[in-house]
Amino acid sequence: MASNTQEAAHGGGSAMPQLDFSTFGNQIFWLVVALVVIYLILSRVALPRIAAVLAERQGTITNDLAAAEDLKAKAVEAENAYNKALADARAEAQRIAAETRAEIQAGLDEAIAKADEQIAAKAAESEKAIAEIKAGALESVKAVANDTAEALVAALGGSADKDAIAKAVAERTKG
Amino acid sequence: MGKIFFYAALALVLVSGLILAPEEAKLAIHPMDQFQVSALFGGDISWYTPTNVTAWMAAAVAAVFALLVLGSSRRAIVPGRAQSVAELAYGFIYKMVEDVAGKDGVKFFPYIMTLFMFIVMANFLGLIPGSFTTTSHIAVTAVLAALVFVTVTVVGFVKNGVGFLGLFWVSSAPLALRPILAIIELISYFVRPVSHSIRLAGNVMAGHAVLKVFAGFAAALGMFSFLPIFAITAVYALEVLVAFIQAYVFTILTCVYLKDALHPSH
Repeated sequence: MASNTQEAAHGGGSAMPQLDFSTFGNQIFWLVVALVVIYLILSRVALPRIAAVLAERQGTITNDLAAAEDLKAKAVEAENAYNKALADARAEAQRIAAETRAEIQAGLDEAIAKADEQIAAKAAESEKAIAEIKAGALESVKAVANDTAEALVAALGGSADKDAIAKAVAERTKG
Repeated sequence: MGKIFFYAALALVLVSGLILAPEEAKLAIHPMDQFQVSALFGGDISWYTPTNVTAWMAAAVAAVFALLVLGSSRRAIVPGRAQSVAELAYGFIYKMVEDVAGKDGVKFFPYIMTLFMFIVMANFLGLIPGSFTTTSHIAVTAVLAALVFVTVTVVGFVKNGVGFLGLFWVSSAPLALRPILAIIELISYFVRPVSHSIRLAGNVMAGHAVLKVFAGFAAALGMFSFLPIFAITAVYALEVLVAFIQAYVFTILTCVYLKDALHPSH
């Protein structure tokens, strides 16, 4: 019912409030007020603030990226230093190992030489002893041969001169 | 489980429709009543009277303030929800102005942002049931379009002087055709604010009127009222889309017109 009376109040035939020109002034006035207020809010406060926030964020992101790049470079540097230290240490270890090996080799050589010398000395001594024993043995063999020959001669009923026997034995055993 | 609830709700609607059906179903459809301008405190309407127009425009201003000022008040580097939306709106319109109107159009960004924020907020506030939609009135959209028209024309002449008339003189066309094209261009130039304003008001008004028509059906149909209610739901979803798209269309056309003013050569 209320709507009917309103329609009647606003000039009957027109069913469209949009075409009721009596309200245009009012709408336009308040629209202009609203637009001016929104414009002032936006241009004075909102837009500069949002722009600042966006710029600040962009700056932060850029800074963070630069910092990340920096840290990455540092990490690469550290890795290089580590690798270099590792290589140095390895070379040093190899050098020490080679040195030690050489030292041990030298000691070993010396000991071997000494042992060889001792062995040679012992061998010479032993040879001398053997030669002496051999000579002693030869003498004994000559004496035994003489005695045996003398005994043989006597047993066969002869008598022989000692010197002749010794001469004959020496002659036979020469070969 | 969901299906059971759905059918239960449907049955409830049917039963209540049977019980609560009006004694005599009468088709009481007043789709245009929602557009009535009325004084808030009674009395006649003169140009300064506070009306429902005032109230809902104030609501739009408050919504813009809440979103763009209160929403961004924390100035967080990692934005919250409201600040994200505010920044999204800022970036959306800024990029639109920059892309369409060009670099030198950026100084009109606050002006275009004002138009967009007002229209989009008024449209969305108008979708609240029982509210008044300020952008459904041709008086409002005509003023918006006229503001754009006047701005574009003034900027065009200030920036380019008489050269702005080159907009109507299609130099790529054969010489004989140019005067005819000039007349057509001139007419189309002056029709722009008309289409610009009626497009917005017409879309918003038609959608709201359709909702009211279906609502009238729902009141009259008794137990079958769920059919128009489904239709209202669907149309309402469409209207949410329209509310944004019309604001977008109005804004991007403003940018296009501004581009014509800044670079009138075809």
